Amino acid sequence: MNEPYTSDEMMTVAAARMLRNGAVCFVGIGLPSTAANLARLSHAPDAVLVYESGPIGAKPPVLPLSIGDGNLAETADTVVSTQEIFRYWLQGGRIDVGFLGAAQLDRFANINTTVVGPYHKPTVRLPGAGGAPEISSSAREVLIVVKQSKRTFVEKVDFVTSAGFLTGGNAREQAGLSGNGPAAVITDLCIMRPDPATRELTVTSIHRGVTREKIVASTGWHVYFAERCEETPGPTLAELAALRDLKARTAAVHGTQGDAE
Amino acid sequence: MAEWMTLAEAIAAHVHDGDTVAMEGFTHLIPFAAGHEVIRQGRRNLSLIRMTPDLIYDQLIGAGCASRLTFSWGGNPGVGSLHRFRDAVEHDWPNPLAIEERSHSDLANAYVAGAANLPFTVLRGYTGTDYPRVNPQIRSITCPFTGEVLAATPAVRPDVAVIHAQKADWKGNVLLWGILGVQKEAVLSAKRAIVTVEERVPSLDAPPNACILPHWVVSAVCEVPRGATPSYTHGYYERDNAFYRAWDRISRDRERFRAWLERHVLETVDFNDYLALQHDPRVQAVYQ
Repeated sequence: MNEPYTSDEMMTVAAARMLRNGAVCFVGIGLPSTAANLARLSHAPDAVLVYESGPIGAKPPVLPLSIGDGNLAETADTVVSTQEIFRYWLQGGRIDVGFLGAAQLDRFANINTTVVGPYHKPTVRLPGAGGAPEISSSAREVLIVVKQSKRTFVEKVDFVTSAGFLTGGNAREQAGLSGNGPAAVITDLCIMRPDPATRELTVTSIHRGVTREKIVASTGWHVYFAERCEETPGPTLAELAALRDLKARTAAVHGTQGDAE
Repeated sequence: MAEWMTLAEAIAAHVHDGDTVAMEGFTHLIPFAAGHEVIRQGRRNLSLIRMTPDLIYDQLIGAGCASRLTFSWGGNPGVGSLHRFRDAVEHDWPNPLAIEERSHSDLANAYVAGAANLPFTVLRGYTGTDYPRVNPQIRSITCPFTGEVLAATPAVRPDVAVIHAQKADWKGNVLLWGILGVQKEAVLSAKRAIVTVEERVPSLDAPPNACILPHWVVSAVCEVPRGATPSYTHGYYERDNAFYRAWDRISRDRERFRAWLERHVLETVDFNDYLALQHDPRVQAVYQ
C-alpha cells in the first residue's frame, strides 16, 4: 500500500476502526463525527449514530457542520427532544460508545473544554461542557480523538470538564461514575490506552513513520510506552477512498470539510 | 392567549429591561429576528438563558443588552469561538457579564423542571468534574429511597421565552418539527412566550403526536418569514453556513462588530430590511 496519506487521515481512520459494527455511538461534532461516519460508511454499516440535538440513527450523506444540521434529522430513525436524548438514551444506559474531542487532556484522560487559566479570569474562554460530562460518565466506554501536541496533552488540565480516570487507579469507580471511562485516545501520532492498574494513558500503537521521540516531544507528561507497542497499520486504499469521498462530498455541499473544530 | 402582532410590538410588550429571557432553538429555529429586535429596542441588563448562546447571544452580548448569561456550550458551531462572548468574559467588554455555566443535560432538564413547576432537577451528572466547584448552584441531594447522592440544580423559570416555529394558525396555535431542542420546555417554563413563525396558515393539519403549542400558552405570535436566518427552518430554508463562518471575521474585532451592528441591526427598520441588505453585493463584500 503506497498511496500517500496525511497524519490527519491516519488519525481519522484509526479512530473509525475502533467503532464496531452495530455499536450505538453518541457522537460529538468535528473529528468524532468524521470518524464515526467513516466507520458507518466502511466496516460498520449498522453503527447507530446518536447526536445530542436529538437524531437517533442518523445517516448523514455529508458531514454535518453543526450538531443540529437538517440532514441529521432527515436521515435519522427518530428525532427526540434534547431533554429526552440526555435522560432516556444517555443517562438511561443505552449508549455503547461516546466519541469525544478535547481541547486539553491529561495523563488520566480527563478532558478540559472549559477554560485555559483560572476559571474566573481565564486566558482563553473555551466553549464549555455541552453534552460531554454526561457522555463521559454514562456511555459504556469513551473514545477520544484529538491531535497531539504539548499544548493539548498537559500534565494537569486547568479544569475538569469531563471525567476520565480522575486521579488514576480506581478513583473513577470510587467516584461512582457508571460508564467504564476512556478506552482509547486516538491521535495523529499514536493510540494510547489506559494502563490496567494505574489508568495512566500509555502508548500502545504508533502510527507508521512516527518516532517515539516525536511522541515524547508532543506530550506534556512523562509518557510511557507499552511493553508490546505495535505499529498502527496504515490506511487501506478502501479506507482512504471512503474518507476522501466523504470529505469531497461535504466540501461540495458546505464549502468546508465539516471537521473545523 | 396568543395575540397576533408585529415583532416590534411583541418585544415592546413582553421583553423589559432586567428580564430573564430564554431564546431557544438547538442550531435549528434560532429566533434571530427577535434577537435583532431586542437589540434595536435597546433592552439592557437582561439575564439571558440559552443552551448554546450561538451567534444570536453573541450579538446581544456585544450590543450590551446582557448582564448575565446562563449557558451550557458557548461556541460558534462548526467554526470556533464566539468572540463577543469571549471578549465579555475575558475583558468585560462592552460590560461585565456574569456567567452561570451548566451542562446540556442539566440545562435541558432545568427547563423541564421549570415547565413541571418543580424547584429543581436531579441528574447523574457532574461527578468528578470541576463544575460544582465554580457554580454554587450545582448542589447534591440524597435519594430518600436508596441513599444515593445525585446532583441537584435549580429549575429555570424565565420571565419570557422566545422561539421560532414553522407555522401558526389564525388562533395562534403553533406547530414545529425537525430538531425540537428544548423549545416546548422553554415556553412552558416561562411566564410569557413570544413565537415567531414562517407563515400564518388557516389550519395546521398536524398528526396527533405533533409538537404543538396551544394558543393559550403563547402570549404573542408574529409572522416573520426567514426569521431564523442564519440558522435554518426545516422544510423552508437551509442554514447559512457561510454567514456562520463570516461571523468569525465580523465579530473578532470590536470596531468591525460595531460597524456591522450599526448598519445591519440598529439602522434597519425590521428583519425584512436586514434580509434585503444580505442581498446587496456591497454589503456581501464585507463578509469576504
